[in-house]
Amino acid sequence: MALAITAEVAAEQGLTPDEWQRILDLLGRTPTLEELAVFGVMWSEHCSYKSSRAWLKQLPTKGPAVLQGPGENAGAVDIGDGLAAVFKIESHNHPSFVEPFQGAATGVGGILRDVFTMNARPVAILDSIRFGSVDHPRTPFLLKGVVAGIGHYGNCIGVPTVGGELVFDKGYDDNILVNAFTIGIAPADRIFRAKAGGPGNPVIYVGSRTGRDGIHGASLLASAALDQSAPEKRPAVQVGDPFAEKLLLEACLELMRTDHVVAIQDMGAAGLTSSSLEMAGRGGLGIVLDLDRVPMREEGMTPYEILLSESQERMLLVAKRGSEEAVRAVFAKWDLEAVVIGTITDDGRFRVRWHGAEVASLPVPSLTDEAPVYRRPAEEPVARLEDAQRLDPGSVPQPSDLGQTLLQLLESPNCCARDWVWRQYDQFVGGNTVVRPGADAAVIRIDGTRRALALTTDCNQRYAWLDPYLGAMLAVVEAARNCVAVGARPLALSDCLNYGNPERPDVMWEFQQGIAGIRDACTALGTPVVSGNVSFYNETEGRNIPPTPTIAMVGLIDDVEATLTPWWKAEGDVVVLLGRTREELGGSEYLAAIHGQVRGTPPWIDLEAEKKLHALVLAAAEERMLRSAHDVGTGGVAVALAECCFGGGRLGVRVALDEGMRADALLFGESQSRMLVSVRRRSLTQLRELARRDDVPCTVLGEVRGHAIVIGELVDVAVETAHERWRRGLERRLGV
Amino acid sequence: MRWGVVVFPGSNDDRDALRVAERVLGDEAVPLWHKDRDLHGVDCVLLPGGFSYGDYLRCGAMARFAPVMESVAAHARAGGLVFGTCNGFQILCEAGLLPGALVRNRNLRFVCDVVTVRVETTDTPFTYGCRPGELLQLPVKHGEGCFVADEATLAALEANGQIVFRYVDRAGRATAEANPNGSLGNIAGVCNAGRNVVGLMPHPEHAVERLLGGDDGLKLFRSAPAWLGRDLATSRREPTVVPGP
Repeated sequence: MALAITAEVAAEQGLTPDEWQRILDLLGRTPTLEELAVFGVMWSEHCSYKSSRAWLKQLPTKGPAVLQGPGENAGAVDIGDGLAAVFKIESHNHPSFVEPFQGAATGVGGILRDVFTMNARPVAILDSIRFGSVDHPRTPFLLKGVVAGIGHYGNCIGVPTVGGELVFDKGYDDNILVNAFTIGIAPADRIFRAKAGGPGNPVIYVGSRTGRDGIHGASLLASAALDQSAPEKRPAVQVGDPFAEKLLLEACLELMRTDHVVAIQDMGAAGLTSSSLEMAGRGGLGIVLDLDRVPMREEGMTPYEILLSESQERMLLVAKRGSEEAVRAVFAKWDLEAVVIGTITDDGRFRVRWHGAEVASLPVPSLTDEAPVYRRPAEEPVARLEDAQRLDPGSVPQPSDLGQTLLQLLESPNCCARDWVWRQYDQFVGGNTVVRPGADAAVIRIDGTRRALALTTDCNQRYAWLDPYLGAMLAVVEAARNCVAVGARPLALSDCLNYGNPERPDVMWEFQQGIAGIRDACTALGTPVVSGNVSFYNETEGRNIPPTPTIAMVGLIDDVEATLTPWWKAEGDVVVLLGRTREELGGSEYLAAIHGQVRGTPPWIDLEAEKKLHALVLAAAEERMLRSAHDVGTGGVAVALAECCFGGGRLGVRVALDEGMRADALLFGESQSRMLVSVRRRSLTQLRELARRDDVPCTVLGEVRGHAIVIGELVDVAVETAHERWRRGLERRLGV
Repeated sequence: MRWGVVVFPGSNDDRDALRVAERVLGDEAVPLWHKDRDLHGVDCVLLPGGFSYGDYLRCGAMARFAPVMESVAAHARAGGLVFGTCNGFQILCEAGLLPGALVRNRNLRFVCDVVTVRVETTDTPFTYGCRPGELLQLPVKHGEGCFVADEATLAALEANGQIVFRYVDRAGRATAEANPNGSLGNIAGVCNAGRNVVGLMPHPEHAVERLLGGDDGLKLFRSAPAWLGRDLATSRREPTVVPGP
């Protein structure tokens, strides 16, 4: 191609003038088009983490259970019995906004590959999905497409989707979030990594053929803000084939039972380019690729297209020399191709051949470890925060009928039942689902053992918008508390940091605050970050999303029979509130859904009190003292009490709350570090003693009784009425 | 007894079915590879759920041509037991081993839920241990589970007692609300005229442990050895056609 390579061509690859100059200085010559494309994707925000890398180093990543921290395809923690849990959460936001079905489907496909690449069989998927206001005209279309896409991929490949979040907030009107999480289980001593070794070893391409889809997905779609032209970017969205991935999954796991593999890496963002460079980079080696040998879906593809294609369901692996035939045989069994397309070298260079000529020859470190790192200017948006954090309680009128308010909250889009979503996902495949979606956390038994994993994703973007530091901290705390509520000890987490345009100082400040919040919460709770993903440029025409640091927490239950659920178990059981209620309305769902205000400061958090609550609940669970447990979160005590009534028996509850504060704050305030539990009457003394020992406020509220939700003189509604309003919430507001 | 679980490319519940046979029932179980015609002497062939060959065409339309299916058909013709769940049911219909067909759910959406089914006949190898009219809680999870057949076929199925399961509510009534996919006559499962081949959309293999929400599915698996024992006791006879209750 006789195209002159200039700063303008570089700009089309997403490279800034400074970066273009840096490339010229580095090479001492003008790059070829292929080389420029390689710089474009490898130095993109999505692949290089250039705006976030300097800050991510603050996160605690070590702990006694950590087998693999950030920097690999996924993180891994020890879960006993010689097994490791391998997990990661990742965003697929812009593709899902541009093409919701395929965007969400390939988001799931990508995160599944990250996990099975490490020799872990995926056992569960969770998806944290966030849309604009329910009244936005595009919201139903996007929601239907995303849910169908997630279901399409997860159901077909045969991994259960057991939870996640569904949130509506007008802050996502122009930029939805789709964060997909997968966890798998691997033998702890056979975790495969993406670190190339052994010059002369063959580089083998396996899986689907390469086509022209997803070109520039990483560089131009994921690393730039959206605008009016979003629909025109559809060709940058990949197309998923879950059946091909199922074959790839089985073939890869079968191959990894042998000793033929040195390193293996999923071809995700930036496809062949990034997978080959990352493997070579981690091994401190070089790689030479012969693009003529790449299996292609169509004639006439250029080397530029082959290097940038993000066709799905492909893997690159480095095998031991002489193992080529054995590798081919395993993939042939599953009707997949396995083709040697290159070799590992010791010259530290990334070299690409096409039709006998070398079209690229670049030093590997310049594209990986030595990629640009930016410490972008950050500045607190003082005026915005001062205004938003100001909440005059006098401006919030108390509703006259709090029972009606409870019903309104229960059917509000962010509180109501999510069954319409869950019903579209296979929750059973694998035969280990102990707690299905809808509880505080999903619970998956670890096959062949007595242990189980608790899984949850959490983030309250309103809190993060009002206080980016506290919001991030509260996301970690809530995720941990949700694990504790099912009887699991929080082990470690994966974070998906969704923020706006990092070139804006206020966004950069929000991001830095978010990192600090996660850091401090993780340090206090002893839950390291083992994997994660940063998604910047969630901005459309100058409008940035609320800071959204989604936390995916993994907890461990030692005896699966001791798993807790939120629902009342029997009439006469005593209902107890653990933790202290403060008069807090800032950032609450009540304030937003009933009064249309997103104001104030998020609830206070005392990490020491939170830890004590966790210790108490886990100790009581171990003693089999608790009949049920439920986190008090969105919607406060009143909504939590109602949710506990929505089990199979529709058992009611009769309680009284200590007053001494506004009734609406008492019912709907979202004070942290609280849990609603129920116990047999005879266990009450023992629970009180434990609570005294652990220094956790323990208040008997009342008992499980009848079929109504009765809260003192404030609320008296039939469980059936409340359940019906809650169940039909999404249908009523979205017509789905 | 000895169970064989067919593994097509895209089978997902094969591992679950093998686990039920081996770990829950304590029986022998072997995977049957789709390219292999050898059934390895199994007493019962299970066709598991999943998305065989991706099911991008019509569910089960590709799987019926797999080499293993020739042997499964021969096994069925010889009176051997064949049990298909979900995708397995779809494949058996496509292969002509069971009557009717399964099409897109009436609301066009995938459905995952726990449903109640009523046992319509105990005269099959997989309901032999149930009570007539017994209600079972079983998971469903499918996008194409709406059972359809022409009127003559439906009438014949009724007359011959070949309708094995119907979707019902908790009180045992076959209502429209209890029907998760729009199946004609609320039909959830059927058998062939010889009664040795049974298919159903729900997943008994996902309902074998109380811990995981219920074990009603076990009754179906435990029926098979009892049925085979019954055959032996009456000195090997052809499966009989008896109208259901």
